Amino acid sequence: MRKYSKIFLTLFVLFFISTYAFGLSDAFKKNIYNPGQLKPIDSKLKVKVGEKAPDFTLPSLSGEKISLSQFKGKKNVVISFVPAAWTPVCSDQWPGYNLAKVIFDKNGAVLLGITVDNIPTLYAWTNQMGDLWFPVLSDFWPHGKVAKMFGVLRSDGVAERALFIIDKNGILRYAHVSDINKRPDLKDLATALEKLNKD
Amino acid sequence: MKKTSVVSWVLILLLLSIGLLSAGIAPPKEGGMLPEITLSVPEVPAHQNYLGITKNKKTFRIPEIKAEVVLIEIFSMYCPYCQKDAPVVNELYNKIAQDEKLKNKIKLIGIGAGNSPFEVDFFQKTYDVNFPLFPDSDFSIHKMFGEVRTPYFIGVKINKDGTHSIFYSERGAIEDAPKFLNLILSKAGF
Repeated sequence: MRKYSKIFLTLFVLFFISTYAFGLSDAFKKNIYNPGQLKPIDSKLKVKVGEKAPDFTLPSLSGEKISLSQFKGKKNVVISFVPAAWTPVCSDQWPGYNLAKVIFDKNGAVLLGITVDNIPTLYAWTNQMGDLWFPVLSDFWPHGKVAKMFGVLRSDGVAERALFIIDKNGILRYAHVSDINKRPDLKDLATALEKLNKD
Repeated sequence: MKKTSVVSWVLILLLLSIGLLSAGIAPPKEGGMLPEITLSVPEVPAHQNYLGITKNKKTFRIPEIKAEVVLIEIFSMYCPYCQKDAPVVNELYNKIAQDEKLKNKIKLIGIGAGNSPFEVDFFQKTYDVNFPLFPDSDFSIHKMFGEVRTPYFIGVKINKDGTHSIFYSERGAIEDAPKFLNLILSKAGF
């Protein structure tokens, strides 16, 4: 029976790989590692909408250290955690936000992109995306500390695909952890940002 | 034959067939035909007129477009190369639209791989794209086109008898609109 369990497991995995799809820009050539279908969500949120978001400070690609608290009273903040550099869905997500700057601007928001990769990896990876208008932060060391604070660090050490909106008062107003295998629709983020200014 | 070995063979055959499926569909080949895809009739009347698709229908097939040649761009609003190439594709569209001999013969459409209606609309407005773009939120069309990297261009010749054939199928940005148009005209036999 154990023999059949193994065969069924293989069939199950192959079935899901065969139905797995992602769009990939030619900008990344053949440099993307495909981890296959992953467990959709593998962590539990530690932050709550309506409560104060935890402050953090992380190094950015430009060399500058960025803190969440520096935007208090000035800008709404969107945090985009993506799992890892050089993987399929992540490599497409930020170039879309790069194009969608107007959505952030008209809602008085800045975007902070965060992964648990180190700075040299992030540098090489984001160079393929063109000139990004938003800071890219490295949550590499202590590994995934900020992802863990928000409750989006997966058991294998990468972050979830998660979006948070923190208003000018430092209050968390939107939290969405996506299926790691899928890119969230820009419409949901745009709607949440517009709602922020209506409330 | 023992019962266990029969079960093993059935499982192996299943495994092989699923393995073949997972190998995926190849990108469209020159000389071949388009996969059986249907698109929703655009809501914008100007786009309906451009494609020559009746408003009474909900969906249509690409060979139903009133043209001799249809150029399909598989793009994504999330693709940096597609973003960079968008003004060049617009230039191509304008060159065709401003040419009295070509404007009714060559039509352009775009399919946004993995893009929702909101995302396709955002791309359309951002780059002021005048030809119809179609969402493909669940990548179903992208899969039927062999999960090509974006941007990807497919040229289809539509014959008077309703048949069609692919005469161009290449990955990569256009980069030079006049040069690309000449290539398409030559390959389409204009």
